[in-house]
Amino acid sequence: MNLLLAVLTPFLGAALVALAARRGRALAAWSAGAVAALALLLLLPAMAASFGGVTTIQRLPWIPTAGLDLAFRLDGLGLLFALLILGIGLLVILYAHYYLSLEDSLGRLYAYLLLFMGSMLGVVLSENLIQLLVFWELTSLSSFLLIAYWRRREAARRGARMALVLTGGGGLALLAGFLLLGEIVGSYELTSVLASGDILRAHPLYMPTLLLVLLGAFTKSAQFPFHFWLPHAMAAPTPVSAYLHSATMVKAGVFLLARLFPALSGTPEWTWLVGGVGLATLLVGAVIALFKHDLKGLLAYSTISHLGLITALFGIGTPLAAVAGVFHIINHAIFKAGLFMAAGIIDHECGTRDMRRISGLWKAMPHTATLAMVSAAAMAGVPLANGFLSKEMFFAEVVTASGKLPFGWLLPVLVTVAGVFAVAYSLRFIHDVFFGNEPTDLPRTPHEPPRWMKVPVEILVVLCLLVGIFPAQTVAPLLTVAAAAVLQGPLPEHNLALWHGVNPALWMSMIALAGGVLLYFGRKPLFTLHDRVEGRLDARAIFERLLEDALLRTARRFTAAVDTGSLQRQAALFIVSALVLGGSGLLLAPSPLSGTRALLPVDGVSLMAALALVFATLAATALHRQRLTALILIGAVGLVVALVFVKFSAPDLALTQLSVEVVTIILLLLALYFLPQETPAEPSASRRWRDGAIALVAGSGATMLAWAVMTRPVDSIAGWFLENSVTGGGGTNVVNVILVDFRGFDTFGEITVLAIAALGIFALLENLRLPAPTHDAQGRVWDADLHPLIMATFARLLLPLALLVSAFILLRGHNLPGGGFIAGLITAVALIMQYLANGVAWTHTRLPAQTHPLIAAGLLLALLTGAASWLFGRPFLTSAFGHAGLPWIGHWIGEFELASAMAFDLGVYLVVVGASLLILINLGLAHRASTPVGARVKEARN
Amino acid sequence: MEALIALAIGLLTGCGVYLVLRAHTFPVVLGLTLLSYAVNLFLFATGRLVVGQPPVIGSATAALGQLADPLPQALVLTAIVIGFAMTAFVIMLSLRARAELGNDHVDGQDEGRTGR
Repeated sequence: MNLLLAVLTPFLGAALVALAARRGRALAAWSAGAVAALALLLLLPAMAASFGGVTTIQRLPWIPTAGLDLAFRLDGLGLLFALLILGIGLLVILYAHYYLSLEDSLGRLYAYLLLFMGSMLGVVLSENLIQLLVFWELTSLSSFLLIAYWRRREAARRGARMALVLTGGGGLALLAGFLLLGEIVGSYELTSVLASGDILRAHPLYMPTLLLVLLGAFTKSAQFPFHFWLPHAMAAPTPVSAYLHSATMVKAGVFLLARLFPALSGTPEWTWLVGGVGLATLLVGAVIALFKHDLKGLLAYSTISHLGLITALFGIGTPLAAVAGVFHIINHAIFKAGLFMAAGIIDHECGTRDMRRISGLWKAMPHTATLAMVSAAAMAGVPLANGFLSKEMFFAEVVTASGKLPFGWLLPVLVTVAGVFAVAYSLRFIHDVFFGNEPTDLPRTPHEPPRWMKVPVEILVVLCLLVGIFPAQTVAPLLTVAAAAVLQGPLPEHNLALWHGVNPALWMSMIALAGGVLLYFGRKPLFTLHDRVEGRLDARAIFERLLEDALLRTARRFTAAVDTGSLQRQAALFIVSALVLGGSGLLLAPSPLSGTRALLPVDGVSLMAALALVFATLAATALHRQRLTALILIGAVGLVVALVFVKFSAPDLALTQLSVEVVTIILLLLALYFLPQETPAEPSASRRWRDGAIALVAGSGATMLAWAVMTRPVDSIAGWFLENSVTGGGGTNVVNVILVDFRGFDTFGEITVLAIAALGIFALLENLRLPAPTHDAQGRVWDADLHPLIMATFARLLLPLALLVSAFILLRGHNLPGGGFIAGLITAVALIMQYLANGVAWTHTRLPAQTHPLIAAGLLLALLTGAASWLFGRPFLTSAFGHAGLPWIGHWIGEFELASAMAFDLGVYLVVVGASLLILINLGLAHRASTPVGARVKEARN
Repeated sequence: MEALIALAIGLLTGCGVYLVLRAHTFPVVLGLTLLSYAVNLFLFATGRLVVGQPPVIGSATAALGQLADPLPQALVLTAIVIGFAMTAFVIMLSLRARAELGNDHVDGQDEGRTGR
C-alpha cells in the first residue's frame, strides 16, 4: 500500500510541520523537506517498476457494499507528475526558507504547501475517477489557502476567492463529466475508462461529457476565457507561484487532457475545442505578457500562453503531438519554476517587481542574472535550452496539421506570431531587469541573495541545459514511459535531437527569434497603443460584476424576501409548506385511509384517560395566556401520555416520561418566575383565526397519518432484536439492550447531544441577571418563608431512599424495565428536591456546585467502554457479558447481569444526572442572584 | 382504541402548532412541549398498539412474535430525554432574550414598535 502511504504522508506531515515550526524555522524547513523526501522514497519501488512498463495498481476496500475502493495507480504519466511534484516541491521548500521574511509564519506556509503536495499527488496517482475528483478539489482548496497566505492584503484575498470560484466551479463541472463518463463506461476505474474510447466516442452523450470534462480542465489550467484568475493568483508568495501556479497545479488541467487522451480524443469535436482553445490561449497569453510591467505578471501570462501551447498540442491529437505535449510539460515546469524563483530573488533584493523601476542589475547580481538568462532563453525557445526542443516539435506538428484544414496556412502564421511575442517578452524580462542604467530609487540596495537561495535555481538551470543539449541521454527514458502511458499504446517514431535539418519548423523558430528581437526594440508605439486600450477589456472586472452584482445581489434580495425577521412568519411558512408537501403526497398517490389490521377494543378506563387528555390539552391551549394554569394543565397532559405508555406495553417509556415530566415542569415553573405571569392579548383576531386554521389542518393530518399507520399490518425488524437480545446482548429487557448494545452508537450520540445542550444552557445562563418580581399576577407579595420545615425534613429523609431506588433501577435495567436514562432522571429528581425543599445555600454546602465533571466522566466512561471492545478485536461497542450474584444479599435480588454494557449504561446515567442538575442548579443560581438580600439572609440561617 | 390514540395525536399536534405560532416565548415553549408529546406518541404508535406484552423476554407468556415492538420504544426513550434538553434550552434562551432585550416577544421586539 505504499502508493496510499505516499499520498497520505504529506497530509500527516502538514500537521507535524506546523508543530515543528514552533521550535524554529530551520526545523520547519528540515521536517517539511523530510516529509517530501519520505513520500518520494515510498514511491520508489513503483517508480522503478513503471520504467519497465509496469503499471502499479493498488486498491484498498473502502465501502465494498457500494463498490467503492481506494484505488491508486502509478504508470509513466503518474511517474512523471509525481517526480515533478516532489522534486520541485523539495526545491521550493528550500527556497521558501530564505524567501519568507521573519515576520511571516513559515510553519503555516509549509503546512499548506504539504497539504497541496498530498492533494496533487492524489490527483496524479488516483485510479478511481471520483477519488481523483476529491483530490482535485483539495488542490483548489489548498491553492486558495496559499494565495491568501498574506491574509491581511486585500489583493491576496480577492485573488484567492476568484481562483477558488473558477477552479472550484470547474471542479463541479468535472464531477458531472466524470459521472457521465462512469455511467457510460459502467466503471469509474481509469483502466476501464481508458480502454473504452470507442464506446465513449460513439455514445450520444459524448458531447456533453466532453464539454463538462474540458470545462474542468480549462478552468484549472487557466485556458482562455478562464485565464484571468492566474495573474491575480500571483498575490501569493513567490515560492507558491513557482510551485502551484507554474509547475504543478495549473498542470492538473493538461494532466487530465493527457490522462483521458485515449478515451476522449480523436474526434473533430475534440480537435476543434481543445486545439482552438489552446491556440487562442497561446496567442492571448503571449501578447498580454509583453505589456505587463510586473515581473510576476509577465511570467503569469507567459505561463498561460505555454499552457495554451500544451493544450493545443493535445488538441492536434496525433500521437506525435501528444509526445510533444508531454515533453513540453516537463520543460515548462523546469524553466518556469526557475524563472519564478529568479523573479522572487529580484523582488527580495530590490523590494519591487516593477520593471519600470528595476534596471541594470547585472552589476549587483551577475550570478542570478546568468541563471535568469538561461531560463529565459528556454522560455523563448533559444537553441541549446530545453524549451527549444519541444517548441520545435510543436511547430513541426502545427505544420503537419495545417495541411489537412481549410485556411490551414493560418495556423503556422498564428503560431509564429505567438513565438515572436514569446521571444519579445523573454527579452524584456532580461533586458529591462539586468541591463541599462543602474537603478536609482529602489526600496533596497540589491546584491546577491544568500548562497542557498540560489541552489534550487541552479539545479533547475542545469536541468534546462542538460535536457536541451543531451536530450537522448537525459530525458528520453522518462518521456518514453510517460508518453506511452498517455497513448496507452505503442509510441510513434520520434527523434529527440538538437538538429533535424533545415525544415519549416526551423524556419519558424528563426523567424520567431528575429521577429522577437525586432518587436522588443520597436515596442514603444505598441506600448502607447496598449495603454490606450487597457482597462476597457478587463476580464476581472467582468467577473466581479457578474459575481458581486448579479449573483450576490440576487441572493441577498431573495433572502430578504423570504426571511423578514419574524419568527411567527417563518414558523407559519415552515408548517404550511410541510402541510402542502404532505397533502400533495396524499392527493397524488391516493390509498385507502384504513388498513386491515384488527383493532383493539376501547375500555372505560382508557376512555376516561382520553377524555382527561382532551380536556387538559384544550384547556391549556384556551387558557395559554394564564401561564401558570396552562403549565399545570400541560403537566396533566404529560401524565396521561405516561399512562398511554403503561397501557400499551412500554414500561420503560412510562418511567422515563414520568420522571422527565417532573423535571420539565419544575424547570418551567422556575423559568416562569422570571417571565411575565400573563401573556398580553393579541391585537389581531385574524391572525388567531389563521393560526387556528393551520392548526386544524395539521391536527387532522396527524390524525389521519396516525390512523393509517396504526391500522396497517406491520412487518418490522423487531423479531431480530427479540431473538438476539438474550444471546447477543445478554439481557432480557430488549429496549435497554437496544439502547446500550445493538444501537449503542446512537445512544452515545444522544448523550453527547444532551451534554452539549447542558453546556449551551450553562453558557446562556452565565452572568444572567433578571429582575425578580416582588409579587405575583394577582398582586400578592411573594412569601418570604422560603423553606417550610416539614417539607425540608421529609425531603432529607427521602433522599437515601430515592437514591436506593435509582440504583436498583440502574442495576436491573438490562433485564427489567429501567436503565441509565431512567435511573439518572430519578437521581436528578431526588437531588433537585433537596434544592427545592432546603434551598440552594443549604444544598450547596453538601453537594458539588457544578456538575461538569460528572458529565465529562459519563461521556468518557461510555467512550472507553465502547473502545474497550477494540482490545478484543471486536467492533466499537460490542458488549461482553457474564452473570454474577452478590454474596450475602444475592439471595434477595437474585443473579444479575454483569455486562460491559452495564458500564456504558453507567456512563449514560452520569451524563443524565449531570446534565439535568447542571440545567436546574444554574437556573436556581440565577434565582439566588435575583432574590432580595433580606430573604437570602433568612435562607442562609435556615 | 387506535382511533382514540390517533385523535389524541391529532389534538396534541393541532394545539401544539397553534401555540408555537404565538408571539410570546412562554406559550411557544408550551406548544413545543405538546408537539413533542405528539411526535413521541406517533413514533411509539408506528410499532402498533399491543396490550400487556412488554418487550421483556420471559415476563409474558406469549410467543416472541407477539411482544410489543421494542425498536420504536428505544427510539422514543431517547427522544423524550433529548426533548427535555431541547425544552430546557429554548426556555433558557427565552430567559436570556428577556434579560437582553427587555421583553418576551419571539422577535425580540413588541409589535407596533420598529427597530431594535
